[in-house]
Order: sequence, then C-alpha cells, then structure tokens
Amino acid sequence: MNKKTIEQTMKWVLLGTAFVSLLILVGIIYFIFDNGFLAFMENGLWNFLFGQKWSLADNTFGALPLIIGSIYVTVGSILVAAPVSIAIAVFMTNIAPHFLREIVRPCIDLLVGIPSVVYGLIGMVFLVPLIREHLGPPGYSLLAAITVLILMTIPTIVSVSEDTLRAVPTKYKEASLALGATKWQTIWHVILPAAKSGIISAVILGVGRAIGEAMAIYMVIGNSFSIPKSLIDPSRTLTSNIVGQIEEAALGSTHIHALFGCGIILLLFVFVFNSISFTLSKKGVQA
Amino acid sequence: MMNPKTSQSIAWVALSFITFVVMGALLFLVLYCVVHGWNSLNMAFVFGPTTKGGLLAPIVGTIYLIFMTLLFVIPLGVGAAIYLSEYAPVNGITHFIRYALSSLAGIPSIIFGLFGVALFVTLIGHASILAGALTMACLSLPFMVTATEEALKGVPKSWREASLGLGATKWETTWFVVLPSALPGIITGIILCMGRVVAETAPLLATAGFSPFVPTSPFDGARTLALHLFYLATEAPSTGTVTRYDLISQAMGIAVILILIIVLMNGLIRLFSNLYSRRFLKQGV
Repeated sequence: MNKKTIEQTMKWVLLGTAFVSLLILVGIIYFIFDNGFLAFMENGLWNFLFGQKWSLADNTFGALPLIIGSIYVTVGSILVAAPVSIAIAVFMTNIAPHFLREIVRPCIDLLVGIPSVVYGLIGMVFLVPLIREHLGPPGYSLLAAITVLILMTIPTIVSVSEDTLRAVPTKYKEASLALGATKWQTIWHVILPAAKSGIISAVILGVGRAIGEAMAIYMVIGNSFSIPKSLIDPSRTLTSNIVGQIEEAALGSTHIHALFGCGIILLLFVFVFNSISFTLSKKGVQA
Repeated sequence: MMNPKTSQSIAWVALSFITFVVMGALLFLVLYCVVHGWNSLNMAFVFGPTTKGGLLAPIVGTIYLIFMTLLFVIPLGVGAAIYLSEYAPVNGITHFIRYALSSLAGIPSIIFGLFGVALFVTLIGHASILAGALTMACLSLPFMVTATEEALKGVPKSWREASLGLGATKWETTWFVVLPSALPGIITGIILCMGRVVAETAPLLATAGFSPFVPTSPFDGARTLALHLFYLATEAPSTGTVTRYDLISQAMGIAVILILIIVLMNGLIRLFSNLYSRRFLKQGV
C-alpha cells in the first residue's frame, strides 16, 4: 500500500474511534429515554412523577418517594461534605507543612479509589449498629446513607479543590502578603475568591457523585418505599431502587420501563448539574 | 472587629482540627475494615471454589472482565485520543466529541448498567462477561481518552517537527515518535480503566451475570470481587451452617483485597507519572 493511502485510511480510522464516544452518549440517551418514556405512557406522566405507590402486583409505579429520597441524601451529604472538604483543601494547600501533604495526598487518592461497595460495607458494620443503638431502630436509615455519602464525597471534593487552589498564581498571594495582610486574610480575601469557580465545580462533582451513587446507598438505606419523616427512618432513592430490582425485572415489562423512567429523572438531574458546572468553568477561564 | 492575628489563630486551629478529625475518621474506618477482614483471609478462602464459599470464581471473573474491557477500550481510547490531539480540526464535530466525552464522564454508573441491559444484554441474549465488558468499556472510555490525550500533549512539538522534517508522514510520526514517548501516560490510562472494572459494581449488576462458577468463555456469566462482596453483604445466608456473621467477615476479607489492589494501582500510577516527568526533564525540553 502506498504511503498516501495509509495516511488517508488512518485518518478516517482515528476519526471513527473518536466518534464512538459520541455514539455511546447518543445510545445511552436513546435507550434510556426509549424505555423510560414507556413508563410515562403506561403510568401517566403525572402519576409516575408524583405517585406514591410502587406496586408490582397492581402494575402501578409512582416515583415521588424515590425522587424525594434522592434529593434528601444528596442535599444532606453535600451540606456537610462541601464545607468540610474545602476546609481540608485549604489546610492542605496553604497551611500544612510539606511532609504532612506528602502523607495526606496518597491517603486522599486511596480514599477516592476505594470501591463504593466497601464504603457500603463499612456503613453496614459500623454506622448502622451505631445508629440503631443510640438513635433507635432500624439503623438502616436516611442518616446512615447520608453519612456514608459524606465519607465518599469528601475525598473527591478535596482532591479536585486542592488542584484548583494550587493553580491560583503565587503572585496573588505574594501581593496580598506584601500589602501587610495576614496569611488567613490572604486565604479568605484573595485565594478563595480567585479559586471560586473551580471550587464550585468540585462541589458539583461531589453532588454528581452523591446523586448517582447506587450500591453504597442500597446497602445502608433500608429500602423502604416511603417518604421519610425523620433522619432515622429508612428510605429509598432513585438509584437504590434500580439496584434492588434490575435483576428481577423482565425485559419489556412495565416494571423495567419504570426503572428506566427512574433513569430518565436521574439523567435530567445530572445534566442540569453538568451544565451549571460547564458554564462556571467557562467563566473561570475568562476571569 | 477582631484582631487579625487572633482570627488567624482561630482559623488555623479550626482548619487543622477539621482536617485531623475527618482524615483520622476516614482512615480509622478503612483500617477497621482491614483489621477485621484480615483474619478471614487464608488460602482455602481466597482460592477455594465459590460454591463452597471461596473466591476463585470472582478472582478469575475480575481478571477475565478486565482483559475483555481493555480489549475494547485500549484501541478505541488511544485512537480517539490520537485523533483529538494530533488530527482534530477546530470544528463542530470535534467540539461535539469533546462534549460527549465530558458528559459520559459525569453519567452515574447505574445508568450505564441500564444502558448495558437495554443494548448489550438484549443483543447477546443473556447477561455475560462480554455484555459486562462492553458496558464497562463505555464507562471507562472517557478516562482512557483523557489520560492518553494528556500524555500526547506532553510530547514536545519539536520532536514532531524533527520527524516531519526528515520526511516522515503524519501517521509515521504519530506511530514511531509520539506514541512511544507517550507510553507511560497511556499505561496510566490503562491502570485507571482496570481500577474502574475492579471498583464499579452498579453497571455489572445486571450485565455480567452472577454465576458462581469459574468462567471459561466470554459468553459465560461471571462475578467480580466487588460484586461478590455486595452479594455476601446483602443476601441472606442460604445454607444452615453459614451465619450472617460469617458472610460479613468474608465480605470484609474481600474489602481488604480490594483496598490492597487500589493501593497497588495508585502506587503504579505514581511511579509511571514520575518516570514520565523525569524523562522529559532530563532531556531538557
């Protein structure tokens, strides 16, 4: 084969491989919506989104408690995880001596990489009995799920916001210190505002991880289909609902369509968060 | 208005307190798991047949699934990265491809599980290693592309110009000059993908099949270590002699193995990225 033919062929082959990611995204959207819309049709959109009955026997599926469950665990965990993670990231980048960073950084990497089922297991053997004994049965609860999610999202948010904070130009810091500001004033008034958009992206990444987490939540939340009235009530989320039923649901049944319907709601949540993050990261570049 | 020195001291104490308490708590929980799981690890458990409570099938299943996933994800990921870094013109299509990659990275893994059920399991007819591996390949593709593209971008422009100047074509330059120098970065990407297969369970739940037997073909069902942990932790004991407590301690044992694998992989990634940066520093580029 002559060189020109090889050159042209390779160019098209490479374009083809690059196109695969686009195909996968389109495929995911198509298959999730194709099956999920059937759930909207079969149950009625209103009944699917705001119904409170999930019954195989009656073939009725309403996802309201799942949506509320997902929102509760996500908001609950981020309210704690975001400020704590930012505090740790600030400590790591601006205050901690070098040797401490060298120890903590690999720890964070390890914690980011630990499989979610291991976090779920830790929750099952450690948190659930603790909640059962001190706050009341059944232990498998919204609180257990929120706590596990806090543990899981902290390493992610710390890791990303640490990178952002490190990327703030040193001259900003030096200028502020030279003007007589203390180190803390510099952090609060100069470094944090400069890293703002990156930190918000990091938090949104954490939100994405929290709302999309399935296995760990399934293992500790108790999976009762009801809107929880307190933190120690068991609950169920969009994700844990899919985990619990995907193996038994028959292909083509109303049941599996309802699970794909949950998938649509989940995807919409994620797309909203992603676009916020995308817009913010564009702003960050301009600043 | 508080004295700046006082407020600084308060902030210092608060920040170090938060860091030590939280990091301490996280590490304590992991260590707790390791210490408790360590006792259940022995040869009979790790290499015993799974029908008798051993880990042979999940270990073989994990390795099988890793290889099958890499088979799809390495050519696709490296190809896409080469296109984006070396060939891609700045136009709408490139923009869409980049947007697709960043969107895929943010999609929850359980959605990939649903997608795998709707497409791969339906096409193949039943849950199998092949269906699981295709699902995992879709999930890990963006990680492979990003890692490889970073590595390709790190190769100095002057090397490409030297090769092109000597009369090599663009593809020859890419294949003989750029790719070999980017190899450590590509290996980092491969390790990242292996890490995903080891750690993710939600996409495999309904796509990999959960056969407790050692798989022999890509059309067999299999379970990974992480999936096996999940089944042990959530399912009621099936036989009379095995108690819930036994299952949980076995699950803790698997958790120890998984944590060790993650430690090993992180170490390798660190090693390769050091190798990589040192080589370019030495050559003074």
